[in-house]
Formats: sequence, structure tokens, C-alpha cells
Amino acid sequence: MSSFATRYGASPLHLLLVLCSFALTGYAGIRLLAGDRPWAVVLWFVGAALLHDLVLLPLYTVTDRALRTVLDGRPRHRADDAGSRPSRGRINYVRVPAFVSGVLFLVHFPLVLGRVDHFTAYTTLPGDVFLGRWLLITAALFGLSALVLLLRLWRSGPRARHR
Amino acid sequence: MSDGDSKDDGRGSGRGGADRAPRRRTGGGVPPPVGRGSTLQEPAPSSRGFRGFLRTGPPVGPTRPEFWRSPLRGPWLTSAFGAVLLIGIPVLFVTGLLSYAAYNPDLGANDKTPDRGWLGFYLFAWPTDPHWLYRLTQGVHVTLGIVLVPVLLAKLWSVVPRLFTWPPVRSVSHALERLSVLLLVGGALFEFATGVLNIQLDYVFPGSFYPLHFYGAWVFIGAFVVHVAFRIPLMVRMLRGGGLREELRHPAGRAARPVPDGGGLVAPDPAPPSISRRGALSMVGAGSLALLVVNAGQSIGGSWRVTALLAPRGQDPGPGPNGFQVNKTAAGVGIRARDVGPAWRLVLRGAGQERVLSRAQLLALPQHRAALPIACVEGWSTEDQLWSGVRLRDLAALVGHPHLPPGVFVQSAQRSGSFRSTTLRDNQVRDPRSLLALRVNGADLSPDHGYPARVIVPANPGVHNTKWVTRLTFGDGT
Repeated sequence: MSSFATRYGASPLHLLLVLCSFALTGYAGIRLLAGDRPWAVVLWFVGAALLHDLVLLPLYTVTDRALRTVLDGRPRHRADDAGSRPSRGRINYVRVPAFVSGVLFLVHFPLVLGRVDHFTAYTTLPGDVFLGRWLLITAALFGLSALVLLLRLWRSGPRARHR
Repeated sequence: MSDGDSKDDGRGSGRGGADRAPRRRTGGGVPPPVGRGSTLQEPAPSSRGFRGFLRTGPPVGPTRPEFWRSPLRGPWLTSAFGAVLLIGIPVLFVTGLLSYAAYNPDLGANDKTPDRGWLGFYLFAWPTDPHWLYRLTQGVHVTLGIVLVPVLLAKLWSVVPRLFTWPPVRSVSHALERLSVLLLVGGALFEFATGVLNIQLDYVFPGSFYPLHFYGAWVFIGAFVVHVAFRIPLMVRMLRGGGLREELRHPAGRAARPVPDGGGLVAPDPAPPSISRRGALSMVGAGSLALLVVNAGQSIGGSWRVTALLAPRGQDPGPGPNGFQVNKTAAGVGIRARDVGPAWRLVLRGAGQERVLSRAQLLALPQHRAALPIACVEGWSTEDQLWSGVRLRDLAALVGHPHLPPGVFVQSAQRSGSFRSTTLRDNQVRDPRSLLALRVNGADLSPDHGYPARVIVPANPGVHNTKWVTRLTFGDGT
């Protein structure tokens, strides 16, 4: 048992569970790939993971970092420099509405970008409203955030002056 | 991604936690970086060689723990997102399986997945009560799926350092787990992507939606169960005993309680926090809430529909008795005027008999009314509409099935599309609310709603309420 664990790297139960899962994957996977374009399905399956991990995630990480550099001035390097209080910078007033607007776009991009030519032919509904709506929602989100920031500034202003 | 390394769960066997932390940082005899956080300033080890490289990996880049700077990452945050998905994903899976069952794929014409084998082990006769059942299950499936998108993204973000773990493979068990995690992440993204595209009619995925989404779900769920089994002890440990409130109150970058083993998630050299843990959770929650607000209305209907600003079915098609959602228009599926004009006839068959009826003859039969919704696999639905027409069981009686009618094979004038014919089960035919509808809300059906006649059955998925019906065959192969 323990020599098995040394060689395998985990307990036999681990191996059984993984093999059980792979068998189910195989059973369903054969069927998933039984269509006309099996390689396209594999590409979508693996490509989805790669696209997310190597494109989408780095993209928004870099965007966030750039935003932080711009808004918070010189980047501080260590946690100790900043004290324990987070959000010293006001970056979150940009970050939060940008994130919300971003996920709305990510989910609804086919309609927002007007990719679906047959939308109106199928549904009778106008298909050109979504871009405008998304932009208005985005405007409202940033506007709301600006309002909250203004409110905070206004409320903390007098106190700061009295100090 | 979170390459479920069982050793990190503290159930470890071979190597204890003690030799793990310094493994990647001091390998090759290099002292831990004392720098200002930039991995670029780390002195390059002189005597690394190929073996050293294998052991410690490239001197810079995402395989180095110092590369990951966010003070938010850690097993606690991952566990918090994981807990939400642990509840959400099984609900998605079950409602998905229910939707599959609602299509009665075991009946002749309905089967889009003839090779399902044991994956359809649970299939049952889809009920007609309550009449809003499919509205509910599919509305939950689609809306919840959309709402979980930010949580899924946040979960993946929280574990991304583990994608680059070095060495890439430590043992056989580690290799198997990484393969399983590829299936987990690929499967999750594949399912979410195909679902989100399908509800917006963007059919770019490689094949028919039904087999892709159904078999993809089974591939995914196998990996999901393994992942949960390996990870749940750690998750419970992280979230147990009021840890939630404690962690939320604590600033990012400093765990409220000592983390026994960061699992490679806690940044060794964190950047100053720019958002608290509470803030990060709230931001993800705000994303989910926004998606809920701009989508849920298309499933709730009524005056809520206009709130579904970005949902495909957030607009009403127009006023009047026929002013409710159209799945696909007559023109969209190639219905020609002569298919549904005065020459239209309904052919009834069953028990060796055949009847041909005009619309006027159908209107002369006893008319019944039923208030039933249209509910689509895409998640949208309408409120109850008041349909009137001839009961399916009365039509069965006309062709030799006076009592306990069998199922029926329904064919449409529609010339293309995978749902131009349907098989309904006997329990659906026998329900007194199941109609061959001729009118709706006091007016004749509009062409887009299936004029001259359409099927309407309680709790039936929308596409099985066949429009432009030309032929009903009772019994015999159903």
C-alpha cells in the first residue's frame, strides 16, 4: 500500500476515482465526438480552456494592472508599503463598473455585436437594439459609480479640512 | 488551473508539506528573492544546468510563485467561489437532465441522440402537471447558467497560478489529476459557451446543439465529481466555523487564520491590496446580479419582460391577441402561403382509419379552452395564453381510439428544421388541456403562431408544440 502510494503519488482510492471518471468521460466522449466534425469539437473543448487561460485572463489582468498604474500613480511594490487599508486608490470606482459591463458584454456579445443575422427573421423582434442598450447600461454603471465617488468625496471633504 | 493535487489537501502521502514551500524558490541553491517583487531582479542561478531547470523551471515567468502578486488569491477565496459553484453546477446539471427528459427522446421522431446508451438511464414519461413545469425548470437552467458566469470566471482566476505549477508533472497521480482538470475546465467553458451562444441563436458551435450540450455535460460532470471529491475537505476546512465573516472583515493580503498550506495559491510576495476580499466577492456578486436583472424578465414574463434589456426575448413582438413570443416565424422556416392556405387539410390516422378535415370542419367539432404557456429550451417563456381548439384525445377518437388513446406522431408543413415532426406520449395526448389549437386569446392563430392549427400541450417544451400541423398519426410506432 505505502509502496503503491510512493510510486503513484496518492492513495489507491484516488486512482479508482480518477479511473471511474475517465471511463465515464470516455463513454460520453465517444458520443460527443460521433458527429460530422469531431476535430472541431475537440478544438472547441480544449480551445475554450486555452482561450480563457492564455488570452482572456491575461488580457483582463494586464488591463487591470495598466488601470492601477494610471490611477494609483507610482506602483507600490510591497504590501507593507500600503498599510493594511485596502482601496486607498480609487481604482475600484472604475474597476467595478468596468467588470460588470465586461461580463454583460462577454455573455451577450452575439446580440450586442449584431452577429445574428437571422435574429429578426426568426423572432420578429428588432435585433439592433442591443448595442445601444449595452452602451446605455455601461454609461449608467459608470455614472452611478461617479455619483457614489462624488458623494464620498463630498462627505469626507469637510472632515478632512477640519483635521 | 487548479490541478487538484491531493497532497495539498493534507491527505498527503508521499511528500509532506514541509519540503514543498521552499521547493520552487530555493532550488539550485539560490537564496529566496529579497527583491522588490520583480522576478526580473532575481539573480540568475549559475549552476542550474538542465537538471536544475527541470527541478525549478524557468527563472522568470508564470511558473515562479513570485510571478503571482494578487493578495486576494488563497484557498479561502477559491473555496468561497467553489462553494457557490458546488450548489449551482448540480442544479444546472439536474435541470439540464430534466430538459432532456422533457423532450421524450425515447420516442421515435424526437431522438436527437440515438446513441445515448446508458446516459439516458433515468428517462421517464414527462408529466403534464403542473402546466408551468418546463417554464420553471428551463427558466432556472438558463438564468442560473448566465448568472454563474462571473462566479466561474472568478473561480478560474483564483486558481490560475496552478495551471503553471512547476514541475508540470510530479507523479502519475498528479498527471492524471491535471488531465482531469483539463476536462473540468474545458468542459465547463464548453458547456457555458454552447449554452450562451445557443440562447442567442448564434449557431457557430461545431454541430447540433442537443448532442453537443448533452454529451458535453456528461464529460464535464465526470471531472466535476472527481474535483469535488478531492477538494471538498479543503473547502469545508476553509469555510467552517464562521470563517466567512472573519475573512470578510479582514483586509486582503492577510489571512484571518493561518493557512496550513497555501496550495500554491497564496502569493509569496503580494502586491499592496487594492480591493478587500469583501470587495472582490461583492464585485463578482454585482456581475451576477446585473446578469440576473437583464435576463430574468424573459422567463418571468408579463411586465417584467421589459427589464430583460439584454436577453434575446426582452421585447414584446407587438400588441393584440397574437402579440406574444414567436420561436421561429413562418417565413423563417420556409412555410409557403399555399402550405397553409384554403387548400390546407389535416390528415388524421390511427387504428387503420383515416380522416381528412378542413379547418372549417375542425372548428365545427367541440371546442375546448386551455390556458397554457410557451416555454422554450432557450429559457424564455410566455405567460399563460388562452388557447382554443379540439382536444387531441377527441381527434384520436375520430380514428378508432375512443378510450385511452395512444401517443401521436405530429407532422408539420414546415419543410426544414429539426423539429418539423414530433412524437407526443400517451399521457400528453390524454390530458384534457392538450389541444390542436385553432385560436388563441380570442382570435385566429397568426401565421407565425402556427395557423391554421398547432399543437399545445401543458409543460411541453416549445418546439414540441408543433406549428402548421398537417398530419396526426395515433399509435403505431409511437
